[in-house]
Amino acid sequence: MIGVIDCGCGNPGSIQNMLRKLGHRSVLVKSESDFDGCSAIVLPGVGAYDNVCQKVQSSGLVNRLEHLVLEEKIPFLGICVGMQMLFNESEEGTLSGFGWIPGRVKRFEHALMKEQNLKVPHMGWNIVTPKNANVILNFNEYEELRFYFVHSYHADCPDEYVIGECLYGYKFPCAVQKENIFGAQFHPEKSHKFGMMLFKNFLEYANASN
Amino acid sequence: MLQTRVIPILLLKDGGLYKGEQFKKHKYVGDPINAVKIFNDKEVDEICILDIDASRSGTSPDFALIENIASQAFMPLGYGGGVKSVDDIERLFRIGIEKVVLNTAAYENQGLIKAASDLVGSQSIVCSIDVKKGLFGKEKAYIKSGTKSIKMSPVDLAKHYEQQGAGELIVNSIERDGKATGYDLDLIQRISKVVDIPIVAACGAGKNQHFVEAVKAGASAVAAGDIFTFQGKRKAVLITYPQYDKLQDLFKE
Repeated sequence: MIGVIDCGCGNPGSIQNMLRKLGHRSVLVKSESDFDGCSAIVLPGVGAYDNVCQKVQSSGLVNRLEHLVLEEKIPFLGICVGMQMLFNESEEGTLSGFGWIPGRVKRFEHALMKEQNLKVPHMGWNIVTPKNANVILNFNEYEELRFYFVHSYHADCPDEYVIGECLYGYKFPCAVQKENIFGAQFHPEKSHKFGMMLFKNFLEYANASN
Repeated sequence: MLQTRVIPILLLKDGGLYKGEQFKKHKYVGDPINAVKIFNDKEVDEICILDIDASRSGTSPDFALIENIASQAFMPLGYGGGVKSVDDIERLFRIGIEKVVLNTAAYENQGLIKAASDLVGSQSIVCSIDVKKGLFGKEKAYIKSGTKSIKMSPVDLAKHYEQQGAGELIVNSIERDGKATGYDLDLIQRISKVVDIPIVAACGAGKNQHFVEAVKAGASAVAAGDIFTFQGKRKAVLITYPQYDKLQDLFKE
């Protein structure tokens, strides 16, 4: 069973649609007891950083979530703002993230983008280059990986946690991993065959680690 | 690098899929869920669904149908038509919509764009600017599915929406809708010069080369209906979408 956290600040429906397509059962997690029996957890986050943080922090889920992820090492995937919450802080807001991975979230550098005539938000399909050995961006059958992005802020963290990079004005980390904790800035649930493969890899990893 | 998005626009009416000309003469072309399934197999960049009745008649979005459509869409999905409040927008998000397209409510309900972008992020709030030229060539912006003109000029409206917090603009040229003669490049150019947010060119694409022209004029993405729905002079319904490498070559020029 895969738990999809639902605290009113994401698109849990889209994640569940894709999990269903892949033949996996999922449950919307709205209270701590919904985590019972979950072998993997997904946190979708859409919208403004502070709004997502505030809703997650006040959801009453954080204590059990931290225990499951940090102590029991249940595989966790944060998507978009759900990934940004893995770090300590963001330039977009004043609230604190989980701080599970060292680093911060910053805005695309305005002057650099302007110079290259690039719009912010970074919106659309872009190529992701896998970095370091990693399980979720492991795609043998495709030469080029494309994912759908919509964001104005991106992670800034030590190289050792970066498992995927993307070029928009400059290279930025678009997928991260620290042990059982994964994050993707792009939207795998909206990236058809590439997203399906990412979820498949993540769920196989979850299966193997249980 | 970021790739130019090519977006099929699907028009909803009475639960079916329709196509028209100049925002009128709508003909039934098929079942929306089936169409989305086909577009899904063709790995389209994004889909935009517009309910052409909802805003004209003042009804709410058909949430049940939208949820059904969204459950088949493994690509970004935008929806517009009859969206009036932040509650509507929140509900659309929960059922699997990524982008909400506003037209009438964005203009009439001052503060909606800002409230909505504070909640879901500006990147998800798209405003549609519908433009039609009058008898003497004077260009006007329209609301209510092209039935009511407003005082603000299209360019001023674009600036206004950007200031309010819109993350993207769809520029529709009503008289070119369904004509397959190309986009209104001059309009796209004028709007793209005054705003920093991405612009989606819509209405008028009849061949792939029109996409390239729109991008050269300043569009970040291109949208079309007929070209993906009809085949041949007699306009037989056939859902198509260019292959990825074809699009790559097209925009490389």
